[in-house]
Amino acid sequence: MSSKNILRRGLSGVAAAGAIMAAAIVSTPTMAQQPEQYFPVASMRVGPYNAMGTGIFGGVIDYLNYVNIKHGGVNGVKLVYEECETEYNAARSVECYQRLLNRGDQKMLLWDPYGTPLAYAVIGRVAADNVVLAQAGYGRTDAADGRVWPWVFGATANYWSQIAMKLNFIQQKEGGIDKMKGKTIVHLHIDTAYGREPLPAMRQIAKDWGVNLIEIPIAPPGLEQQSQWLQIRQAKADWVTFWGAGAGMSGTAITSAARVGFPRNKIIFVTFGGAEEDMIAGGAQAKDTHVVAMVLPGKQFPLIADIEKVLYSGGAGKGNMQNPARVGTIYYNRGVIAAVNYVEALRNAQRIHNKVGKPVTGAEFRDGYEALDYTSEARRKELGIDGMIPPYKLTCRNHEGAGTFHMMQWDGNKFQIVSKDWLGANDPKFIRQLIEDSAEKYAKENNITLRDCPN
Amino acid sequence: MPDIWFFIEVLVGGLLSGIMYSLVALGFVLIYKASSVFNFAQGAMVFFAVLTFVGVMELGLPFWAALPVAIGVMVLVGMATERFVLRPLVSQSEDTLLMATIGLSFVIEGVAQLAWGVDVRNLDLGIRDEPINWVMDKTGMLISQLDITAGIVASVMVASLALLFSRTKVGRGLRAVADDHTAALSIGIPLKHIWMLVWATAGVVALVAGMLWGARSGVQFALVWVALKALPVLIIGGFTSVPGVIVAGLLVGASEKVVEVYIGPKFGGGVEVWFPYVLAVLFLLVRPEGLFGEKIIRRV
Repeated sequence: MSSKNILRRGLSGVAAAGAIMAAAIVSTPTMAQQPEQYFPVASMRVGPYNAMGTGIFGGVIDYLNYVNIKHGGVNGVKLVYEECETEYNAARSVECYQRLLNRGDQKMLLWDPYGTPLAYAVIGRVAADNVVLAQAGYGRTDAADGRVWPWVFGATANYWSQIAMKLNFIQQKEGGIDKMKGKTIVHLHIDTAYGREPLPAMRQIAKDWGVNLIEIPIAPPGLEQQSQWLQIRQAKADWVTFWGAGAGMSGTAITSAARVGFPRNKIIFVTFGGAEEDMIAGGAQAKDTHVVAMVLPGKQFPLIADIEKVLYSGGAGKGNMQNPARVGTIYYNRGVIAAVNYVEALRNAQRIHNKVGKPVTGAEFRDGYEALDYTSEARRKELGIDGMIPPYKLTCRNHEGAGTFHMMQWDGNKFQIVSKDWLGANDPKFIRQLIEDSAEKYAKENNITLRDCPN
Repeated sequence: MPDIWFFIEVLVGGLLSGIMYSLVALGFVLIYKASSVFNFAQGAMVFFAVLTFVGVMELGLPFWAALPVAIGVMVLVGMATERFVLRPLVSQSEDTLLMATIGLSFVIEGVAQLAWGVDVRNLDLGIRDEPINWVMDKTGMLISQLDITAGIVASVMVASLALLFSRTKVGRGLRAVADDHTAALSIGIPLKHIWMLVWATAGVVALVAGMLWGARSGVQFALVWVALKALPVLIIGGFTSVPGVIVAGLLVGASEKVVEVYIGPKFGGGVEVWFPYVLAVLFLLVRPEGLFGEKIIRRV
């Protein structure tokens, strides 16, 4: 072929491609475009918390995609997302927040960074940005008071309720509150704001019950805990409430407990660092360790089974999990439930503001989030999550939700539920009072007028 | 249990923890001796090595077959590092080499997770990380079998490496390379072979350290941070001394545990994180080259 022919063919090819592109550009405005609602995903797939991050945010993304594939979005509104890597680093998470705040013509509605220090980093600005801070079971506890924190939600619980539930479980095991006097409980925690978060409630309950409370910090990453466990042994602790993060810290806690002969069934792990990955890191010594759950693991729930069917079965290849075997694990299910909250809030917002089938604004989404209601068994069954979370609803005043959990125990291969029902504080009103006292104090110090809440 | 036995338990536990720090520090010393560079990628190598080991076992190989495979992979990593990272940088400044190892650490971390995934694994070495019964019965002290094993393994490795450096041609070549790359090259010492061997050996040391740390903490990403534990050990022991890091590891391990248990509670705990660095700074003031490091004499 001569060079002229080659040139002619090349030019005609370029011209044809140009014509197709021009036609596509011209035709775009006339095509019916599906409305979209944008969600940011502040993931942590890199670093020591990657097991948690890949599970939780894999669950979030899978549910958003599942709603699009299975239901065509929320009333026809397609769910889109953009990911940013925080590495569980507060400074980096603020960068991500800023970067994801706007996407095209849409503004971010919600921020769910899955880390207490990360939630604290932006809690002061979300109201001004009209962004819901969804700290599902983590974050600043007294933000459960919706009068002071209208833009912050804890659904389904917070850390004060969780520590109160742990102490309630312990007193039940010990035979009653009167048997708790003189008992020694060690709160072994990561030396961060997250590790110290439950202490105000814990100190108060320990004082009321006559419990000897010892607080021992572990500096992250916590791969050496011999000193801490020797102190626990020296103190002849009866129970340890472990408040760690990252599989390395969790695994080391378990093996270090074994090294000093501390029984694992007297250790209660926190939700945040209590998953299959944390137990696997501890190996055979993890058997009998107690772990608190606010979302139950397993594929027996219809929603999880259907997500697996739609996104993974038969090599569908539409799922976000690199290892599909992790579908149904603690972190994955927690991520799915977080996204169920997003979607339910969006559905509520569309309904409340007469925008069914249309994208909503941050303020409208906030109203939708505050209207989250899982008290109807029929609705929980419709969503396929009955039994996976406790029944609860949020209100103007109560941004926490259920405040209840299940206690699980690791049998060496998987978790077994050992609590008969969802369990909360021995005295939930006392915890609520602590929360509201703390929030009111904050409001007073910062000249915040309490929102008038009818309920 | 009498207080004195508890003190001895803390002390012995600290010494045995120190051995684990020394094992990680050994990898740094090997590289520093050959390349005069602080190998930023050593923590990543620990993670990669043990992740490869458990990954190969997951593919169906038994323990004793997986071990040589993992060693082989670490030797290949060492060879690749020499070929693609170090060789192009011969005669460059130490700062350049340091930056190269920082880049290398990201590459190794990424490749490790790309190849084997991010799942947390457990590593069962068949050695119980639980107290030895007869010691407990006789004294009431709780000494872990894994700690004792780590001590024996570290001793064997140090003895082997000491022999390698002092009694072999390679060792003499290594010492020459450590003094001056260019001068060593000019008298015919095969720099690339020395570097390849040393990086491969550091990879094997990383594998051993990773296996012991992984057995205790699980095989997961945080293992890259065990390098933090080695830094004060290196400063105290000297970056070029194999026996130095062993002695320094014991010193750091024992002192940090005693300080944490007996003084830590007065400061709200968490003392052992910064105490080794305070100790290291004190050593820097008195003996900048470390306990057994080579004294640097510069004529002006």
